[in-house]
Amino acid sequence: MPIIEIVFYLFSTILVLSALSVITVGNPIHAVLFLVLSFFSAACIWMLLQAEFLAITLVLVYVGAVMVLFLFVVMMLDVNVTPVKEGFARYLPAGVLVALAMAVQLFLVIWTRGMEAVPMPAAEEAGYSHTSALGELLYTRYLYAFEIAAVLLLVAIIAAIALTHRRRPETKYQDPGRQVRVKREDRLRVVKMKSEGEEA
Amino acid sequence: MLTLAHFITLGAVLFCIAVAGIFLNRKNVLILLMCIELMLLSVNMNFIAFSRFLDVLDGQVFVFFILTVAAAEAAIGLALLVVLFRNRRSISVEDIADLKG
Repeated sequence: MPIIEIVFYLFSTILVLSALSVITVGNPIHAVLFLVLSFFSAACIWMLLQAEFLAITLVLVYVGAVMVLFLFVVMMLDVNVTPVKEGFARYLPAGVLVALAMAVQLFLVIWTRGMEAVPMPAAEEAGYSHTSALGELLYTRYLYAFEIAAVLLLVAIIAAIALTHRRRPETKYQDPGRQVRVKREDRLRVVKMKSEGEEA
Repeated sequence: MLTLAHFITLGAVLFCIAVAGIFLNRKNVLILLMCIELMLLSVNMNFIAFSRFLDVLDGQVFVFFILTVAAAEAAIGLALLVVLFRNRRSISVEDIADLKG
């Protein structure tokens, strides 16, 4: 068995087992950690498919940022674990049935339509960079889509901040609108008084 | 020998696991969000496998955009959860039934 198949089967086994653990452990913190493991093994499989840039992005951005955000929220919410598992046994038959039916249908499509006859293309010669090819494509043909993705991220940032931001009444804030609107009469009082030197 | 079908099967298995997870963890919004992440991962796996076997890089560009959308979705979903928890002291799906007739 060539090394590439060993790597594929090793990491896909880890991926499937950790994905199964995500949906069965019940404790959200453990689920997030298993999700991190499945993302890692998915990144290894993507590396096998010569998608180096996306594999690294998955580990750095996804595991490093999004999963840490998940972990942060799970720990901040301090969810009690006990009521989480209820209903698990009740929905188990339905869930397994639906998943198995979907799996059978997908396998029938995948293994009877000639996909098993498509061999892996030969690897590119040494020195070929998929990353620069991807960048070239991204900044030429998909430039507008790329910019829309950037705007989407900006909207997501603003939405997340606007949702979770709260004003605390006990904290002192500056109100720039009121600061600008202030008039001279609000701040300055002219007092008529005699000059001290006048009487002498 | 590894063929396209192997990688697509892996994506299909992952997707089915995520669907089963949505059924099994209906009470826990956090794990529901994680199942959606798993689904997006399986879709990305399909895109990358097709991009490799058909030798077209456009599939990887799509994975890039899916990752962007997934990150935005996770951020907003978690923000909603934080607001929900702040108002209700609970994120159980059972407690979010105000509109139930």
